[in-house]
Formats: sequence, C-alpha cells, structure tokens
Amino acid sequence: MTSAERGARLRRWFRTVGFLVRKEFLQVFRDRVMLFEMIAIPIIQLLILSNAATFEVHDSRVHVVDESRTAESRGLVRRIGASRYFTVVSSDPSMAKAERDLATGRASVIVRIPRRFADRIESGRTAPVQLVLDAVDGATAGVVRSYLGAIVERHGAELEAEAGPAPGTRGAVAGPAAPLAVRSRGLFNPTLDYKDFIVPGILVLLVTLIGTLITSMNIAREKEIGTLEQLNVTPLRKSEFVAGKLVPFWIIALAELSVGLVIARLAFALPVRGNLLLLFGAAGLYMVVALGVGLWISTVVETQQQAMFLTFFVMMLYVFMSGFMTPIESMPGWARALTELNPVRHFLLIMRGILLKGAGFADLWRPLAVLAVMGVTVLSLALRQYSKTTG
Amino acid sequence: MTALRGFIVKEVRHILRDRQTLALLLLLPLVLVILFGFAIRTDIRSIRVAFVDSSPSAASLSLENRFQGTPTFHAVATVASTRALDPLFRRSAIDEAVVLPADFARSLGEGAGRVQVLADATDPNIGSIMTAYAEAVIQSWAAEWIASEAAGPGVLVSVRTAPNVVPETRLRFNPTLASEDLFVPGLIALVLTIVSAVMTSITLTREKERGTMETLLVSPLRPWQILVGKVAPYLVLGFVNLVTALAAARIIFTVPVRGSVTLLLAEGLLFLLVCTGLGVFISTRTDSQRAAMLASMAGLLLPTTVLSGMIFPISSMPAWLRPITYVIPARWFITIARGILLKGVGLGVLWPDTLVLALMAALLLGASTRLFKVRLA
Repeated sequence: MTSAERGARLRRWFRTVGFLVRKEFLQVFRDRVMLFEMIAIPIIQLLILSNAATFEVHDSRVHVVDESRTAESRGLVRRIGASRYFTVVSSDPSMAKAERDLATGRASVIVRIPRRFADRIESGRTAPVQLVLDAVDGATAGVVRSYLGAIVERHGAELEAEAGPAPGTRGAVAGPAAPLAVRSRGLFNPTLDYKDFIVPGILVLLVTLIGTLITSMNIAREKEIGTLEQLNVTPLRKSEFVAGKLVPFWIIALAELSVGLVIARLAFALPVRGNLLLLFGAAGLYMVVALGVGLWISTVVETQQQAMFLTFFVMMLYVFMSGFMTPIESMPGWARALTELNPVRHFLLIMRGILLKGAGFADLWRPLAVLAVMGVTVLSLALRQYSKTTG
Repeated sequence: MTALRGFIVKEVRHILRDRQTLALLLLLPLVLVILFGFAIRTDIRSIRVAFVDSSPSAASLSLENRFQGTPTFHAVATVASTRALDPLFRRSAIDEAVVLPADFARSLGEGAGRVQVLADATDPNIGSIMTAYAEAVIQSWAAEWIASEAAGPGVLVSVRTAPNVVPETRLRFNPTLASEDLFVPGLIALVLTIVSAVMTSITLTREKERGTMETLLVSPLRPWQILVGKVAPYLVLGFVNLVTALAAARIIFTVPVRGSVTLLLAEGLLFLLVCTGLGVFISTRTDSQRAAMLASMAGLLLPTTVLSGMIFPISSMPAWLRPITYVIPARWFITIARGILLKGVGLGVLWPDTLVLALMAALLLGASTRLFKVRLA
C-alpha cells in the first residue's frame, strides 16, 4: 500500500466517523428530557451534595445527669455547654429518663457525674465521669467521644491546679508536663475543609455516572429498536462504529467535567495547585476508559434493562470502592486488590493529587499508566465483542 | 377485578419468562450488600508512616520501633531530610510523617525534645485522626523513655499518667463501633431504592417505547389498574430482596435485631411502596427507557448515598441543607431500620418517620395516577 493510499483510507475513516458523530449528536440534542437530565443532574447535585459530605460535629445534644450537684460538677456542665460542639438539652437527674432520650434520639450523649465526684477529687482520688454515647452513628460517636473526653480531662486538670497538691498525691500541680513537645500539621488542606476533599470525588462520579449510563444503553437501544441491523448492513467498519459511538460522548463528558470544575472553583473555592493541562490530559484518558466500559457493557447485553443492571453494579463499585468517601487502606486485602481494577480510584488519585497536592507527571505516572492500559484493554474488548452479524 | 387479576398474571409471566433478568433481580441486591458490607470500613486500620531522621540515635530508633510495633502504623521509609517527603506525599505513597530534629536525642535528654508530625489532610477527617494517633504513640513512648533513662540503663519502667478526672465512655447500641452494624442497614436502603425505582420506571416506559402501551390503554383496564398490575409484581420482588438482604445482615454480618422483626418487615414494605411509587412517578414524566434510567439512577444514586445519613451524619450538615434530606425516602427508612435493629425501639418512637413514609407513598402514587396519560401524545 502506498502512502497516498494509506492517507486516503485514513481520510475516509475520519469522514465516516464524522458522520456517525453527527448522527449521535443529533439524537442527543433531539431528546429534550435526556438533555435536561444530562445537564441538570450533575450541576444540581454537585452544588448540593458537596455541602452535605462532612463529618464535622456541631451542637451535639447532651443530656446531663448531675448526681453530684456541687460547684465542681456544675463547673464541668458549664464548660460542656460553652463548647461550640455541644448543647445541653436536658439536665433531668433521672438516668432512666436520660437513657430514654438516647433511644428516641432527643439526646445523642449522656454525661453522668456520679454522687461522690467532688469528694473523690478533694481526697485526691480519681473521679470518673460517665459518658454514654449513641453509637448508632459511628463516625459522630468517635468524634464526640474525643471532644468530650478532652473537655472532661481539661476540667480535671484545672480543678487540680486550683486546689493545689492534695495530700497524698504525687504533688504535681497541673499534672505532669508533657515530656515531649509534638507539633502537628495537616498538609494539603490546612483549614481542614472537607469540601476540598469531597468535591473532586463528587464531580468525577457524576460525570462518570452520566457518561457510563448513556454509552451502556446506547448500542443496547439500537439492538432493541432494530436499528443496529441497519447499521450492520452498511459497509461501516467495526473501528469506525466504536469510534463513532465513543467520540460524541467523550466530548460531552469532558465538557461537563470542565463546567463542573469551573463551578467547583467558583462556588467552593476548590484549589488548583498543579498543572491544569496535565489534569485535562488525564481526564481525556480517563474518559476513554469510563466510556469504554459503558460501550463494552452495551455490546455484551441484549436489552437496555440488562445494560442498566450491569451499569448499576459497576457504579456501586465506583462509588464505594474508589476511596471517594471511605479510605481504601481500611479495606480488607481482597477488597483493596479489587480497587486496583477501578478506574475511578486511579483518576481520583490523579485529580486530588493535581488539585490539592500540586503533583506533577513524575508523581502520577503510575496511575496514568494504569489508566492507559485499561483504556487499551477495554476498547479492544468492546471491539472484539461487537459483532456485525446477528443471531 | 378479574381483568386486573388477568393483567397481573400476565405481568408475572413476563417477569418469570425472562430467567436471566429475574436471577439478576434477585441476586444483584444481595451480592451488593454482602460485597460492600465486607469491604467498607470507616475506621482507620492502616497508616503508612515515614520518618525523617537525619542523625539516628538509640532514642530515635526506639521511637521508630514503637510505631512499627503498633498494629495501625506501617513504617514505609526513613529519609534524611524533609525535602524527600514531598514526592512521597504527592504520590500518596505515605499518609503521615514523623520528623525528628537532628538534635533529637540530646534535646530529649535535656527535657526539651521536639517532634513534628505531618499528616496528609486531603481527607481532613482522616487527617486529624491520624495526627491524634501518632501524637498518642509519641507521648506514651516519651514518657516511658524518659522514665527508663532516669532509672538507669537496662531498666524498663512503664508509666501511667493518671489525670484526676477520667471520662469513662460507654457506647450504647453499638459498643464496638462495628462498621457493618452502621453500614449494612444503609446499604440495604440504598440498593432497594434504586432497584425498585429503576425496575418500575423501566417496565412502564418500555411499554411506551415498544408501542404496547396503546394496547393496554384501549383495554378495559382503568389507569389505576394498569399501575397496580405493573407495580404489584415488583413490590413482591422487592420484598423478597428485602428479606434476603436482612437475612444476610443477620447471618453473615451478625447485625443485632433488638426490636420487632414484624415491624421491620412492615416498615420495609412501606418503604418499598415509596420507592416503586417513585419509579412510577418518574415513568409518567419520561418517554424513553434511557431518560427514565438516567433519572432513577443518576438522580438517586449519589443523593441517596450522601444525603440519607448512611455515611455522612445528617446532624453534621449545614442547617439549610437538613430540610433537603427530608425528601430522600432512604433517610427515613435508615432511621427506622437502625432504630429497630440496633436500638430496639418500636412505633412509639418511630411513628414520625413512619408517617412521613406513608405520606410520601400516598403523594407519589396519587400524583402518578393523576399524571398517567390515558391518551398518547
């Protein structure tokens, strides 16, 4: 084959793909409901959900059972009430009532100060304070426990300092000074803003969800309606067909991601510490993988219903096994191994790396390489699976 | 009524004939609940830590050994300068770093020791927990080290710093903070929401897409009968899913059942009614399966995950956002399920949540019946 012939074939390939792309765009823009859903769902969800994803504790409802009724115990109650994390909602002295409040959800923690609280402090013995937490919400319970524990201990230290060394104690005034000064710093997110962490994840998942759904149902729909057979009898080549199905949604997905990034930047002041060009390069690669998965699903199934089920399964894996909300390091070994197959996990690592950590190509070549391998694999799978003959 | 019965029989045959889809329908929710019930842990089990130790000494090595000896920390690297940390953090090869100054051993002997802890706070929640863990390890090590230095070489002293007022914590309803107990009820609610809504919205839009809806419309069946006939089989399927998922929760994850099982199943049925109602409602607003699926999956998956309280506590959300969570059906069912399973409470406590679900069901099914078009466009 001469180079002129090869050039002509390449031009023809692009021309054919161009027609297919135009056809897909026409179909997308014709279905107004779909178009509206594709645009409105990601934008609205990005704006709302980004605010919801946080573990911050504020105004946790405290039921105080003060059986001591001394200046010391009242001081502790005042200290708890003054904290911005806690609101004292009841100080009914009945423990049974308090337990009931906990069960109904009227209170989320009980602080019980026993009768001999002040006596024990005065005689230099350890005075326990009971904290009973509603642990149905595990994340909150952990935070509440550590905050409340710190308040209680600080109050104890101050009481001791006021009282001076009690007879028979070690004689330390404010407890033993820490022997070692530890200074801690959180990197990449100094204000500990949960949005910086969650917004890239929500954005990636939304765009992936829409993109995968649309591509996975696309060919299945043509099969169901019977138009796929019409396409099959044309001289269309397999590669042209796959490219024609992929390119339009690739463009739409990248456009959605860009719009989402602008919104995230404006609405949530999402930092961009690294190179945007690298980000979009990675996004382009990732979208080939994500949409390729959708396309592959579409070639495997017979009906849109089946496509939908497979997509649902894949999306659940994407959401829960990507490190989007819960840490991958906490998963059992087999689950961690499974996340390696999850393109969202790798792309999120890249997104957060570039946006929050200012990471460059040298830091991110590994996840990028994984995505590239995935892209090639999934496209060849789709290409092989799609058969131009029926029945 | 015989017409309705005949119609339901036809629908059931449709479902039973497609064995593949039926198997998917029955197995998929179960597989998802079991898979994620095992995989998702919200506690922190593994922290990769690096040390910056420019002049290794007995003290610094002892501290590093202490970290290595904990089940949570895994030392992955010891580097000579903080500069070497940057790429490790950026590559996410480490989660935390402990920086020991060059004069660590000497200053520690003089009682002026300093240590810096750097944590990857990309996830601020995890970031602060990791710092607290590391600080606790360092402080307890330091107390012992200083005491044994004072006692002379070779003597091991264990020190307990005893503050005078100690909090004694009791975690009610979930003493071990088991991730499964918290997560599995939420997972069941999420999976059932989507499967039910998707199934019903698809079954109705498919009739529109294939043109068989016209046949149904000209039949003597009344609009509400068409809806009932379409929804009832899927309601039964959803209920089977609910029962198997709850059985899995009980048997595989040993989630406690402290309240009434009958009440839980009744509430589950009510919740399923809301979800199928949602599906019917979506199908009245869309004409193609694609649009219906996009709405019921893209429209429900993330909002239900994030706003239902299954992972992120609703009490942590900003005040303006909390009312928005009210429209999420799973939010109410999760409160109910956690209440019955973990707290052992009954209708006396859960009636407001039940009432909301009942209202939702009435509203969705009522609106759908009215919006259901008896004529084609």
